[in-house]
Amino acid sequence: MIATRRRLPALCAAAVAVAAAVWVLFLATDTPAGTAVEHPGAFAVTVLDAVTFAGLLFVAASGFTLIFGLMRTVNMAHGSLFLLAAYVAIGVQQAMVGKTRNIDAAEVGIADWLVPMLVGAAAAAVVGTVIQQAFLQWNEGQELRQALITLAITVVLADQMLREFGGLAQRMVWPGAVTHFITIFGQRYATTRLFMLGVAVVIGVLLWLWLDRTRLGMIVRAGVDDRQMVRGLGINIRLVFAVVFFAGAFLAGVGGVLGASFAGAAPGTDGAWLLNALVVVIIGGLGSLKGAAAGSLLYGTVVAFSPVYLPSQYSFYAIILTFGLLALVLAVRPYGLYGRPA
Amino acid sequence: MTGAPLLEVRGLRAGYGASVVLEDLDFHMDVEAVGIVGRNGMGKTTLCDTLVGFLSPSGGQVLLRGERIDGRSPERIARAGIAYVPQGRRLFPSLTVEEHLAMLSRRGRRWTPFRVYELFPRLAERKRQRGGHLSGGEQQMLAVGRALLLDADLIVMDEPSEGLAPAVVDVLVDAVHHLVAEGVAVLVVEQNLRAAVRMAPRQLVMVSGRIEAEFAGAELRDRPDLQHRYLGVGAGDGTVRSDSDRTGTTDA
Repeated sequence: MIATRRRLPALCAAAVAVAAAVWVLFLATDTPAGTAVEHPGAFAVTVLDAVTFAGLLFVAASGFTLIFGLMRTVNMAHGSLFLLAAYVAIGVQQAMVGKTRNIDAAEVGIADWLVPMLVGAAAAAVVGTVIQQAFLQWNEGQELRQALITLAITVVLADQMLREFGGLAQRMVWPGAVTHFITIFGQRYATTRLFMLGVAVVIGVLLWLWLDRTRLGMIVRAGVDDRQMVRGLGINIRLVFAVVFFAGAFLAGVGGVLGASFAGAAPGTDGAWLLNALVVVIIGGLGSLKGAAAGSLLYGTVVAFSPVYLPSQYSFYAIILTFGLLALVLAVRPYGLYGRPA
Repeated sequence: MTGAPLLEVRGLRAGYGASVVLEDLDFHMDVEAVGIVGRNGMGKTTLCDTLVGFLSPSGGQVLLRGERIDGRSPERIARAGIAYVPQGRRLFPSLTVEEHLAMLSRRGRRWTPFRVYELFPRLAERKRQRGGHLSGGEQQMLAVGRALLLDADLIVMDEPSEGLAPAVVDVLVDAVHHLVAEGVAVLVVEQNLRAAVRMAPRQLVMVSGRIEAEFAGAELRDRPDLQHRYLGVGAGDGTVRSDSDRTGTTDA
């Protein structure tokens, strides 16, 4: 009886997942997409939308979770670094192409996208490292104070970016070489989204190799487990903190450039992506890279499926399902899918 | 500084906030194995944490080969030559045995992962296991192996025999003797008097945050009156207990 009660949240989650699958496959007749069995094209496109958006979410959230995992710092400036990198990259791309508006994808070579991305991400990494060295290092171990400091930095950076880059939405242009359409079950699909997924996969693999195969990666993982013991082994944890903050801010920057290419950059994008990163790491578990991947996939799935598989008159309420997902995951696993008590 | 003992502790005072745990604590040691025994709550772990920099002392001095190291950060103390095998081992659950050793392995050091595997062959068989998946004995071997890779002059071990089967304690005793023969000093903090006597020929008795007495060889183990006086041991079972002590468990 007690065992059943303990398993109740997991059973509820499983029931919800099965009900959602049955709904999407057979019952979703009066929805924008129709049932998956009758309209496999719409279903395939929605799956691809979910996975590709999850790729972007993963890049944006991985740096956030990496920094939290090692330093227990909830970096509220993560969204600002995301937006800053986007603006810097857009500026560099415009300078490289030689036009400030109406840039056509055909005018953008791979280098005209890749170089701005690296410059933008590096700018975010440098600003992030300065934030860590100047404001966070001397507040080591005071997590709440660090979160509040980064929140204040977010407000300052948002104002400064508004002054510097203006209030209009700007867009990073994908390279022409990846801007095509393919046909899937009779539906056109943009290859740029698949390119975005490819970049996310490459970043995920590089991150995994760094953390799993290098000595520094081992030290970072050890630090996530027990910072004090790492120090007791003669390792300069402050240097490791700086490197991890640099890497986390760089990842926020890469996410920002991908996000600006995918949906543009404007004031407010910083807050929206901070929220996205928070949702992903709360679902996946703070501090876990595997959790960031799983959280991105779950969140991406809900974001992609809910507007097209809710009955047409209820599509407006799709956002509520995101919070439903959060509540469900936290009911089953209070620390997130792969999280551990801090 | 020539002639200075390897480790010298003078008038050490430390605690947590307003609570003072160590008060006017003095002792010194050379390249040897020294045991510190005492009941629960006498400040043994606090002493270990203070020696390795996990806790800042509020007074007194700690000198390693004549050089003051008190108040330094844990990483600086580790680099100065003190390695720590803490109570409960504190291994990294997400790292394998191999990774625990690889992350500390440096060229030019006397101790390498290969030598650690030679000392503890069981670790070589568990290379790919994560720290949290090892038995208690294997975890202790890994914690000692990890400390050895720092090439330290002194290894501080806090309750190394805790929860271990007698056969595993034998392995640890041999390892401590081997290390001393190699010129590495070992400070063993133990509740298990028998294990402490086997590891260290010199024992210091800690009472209420001070070193109260010193014994050599098996004197303390063989004298129930001394055990009763200093350690509160009644049954003469070799384990130093107070009313609040937990019961021991064994784990190979």
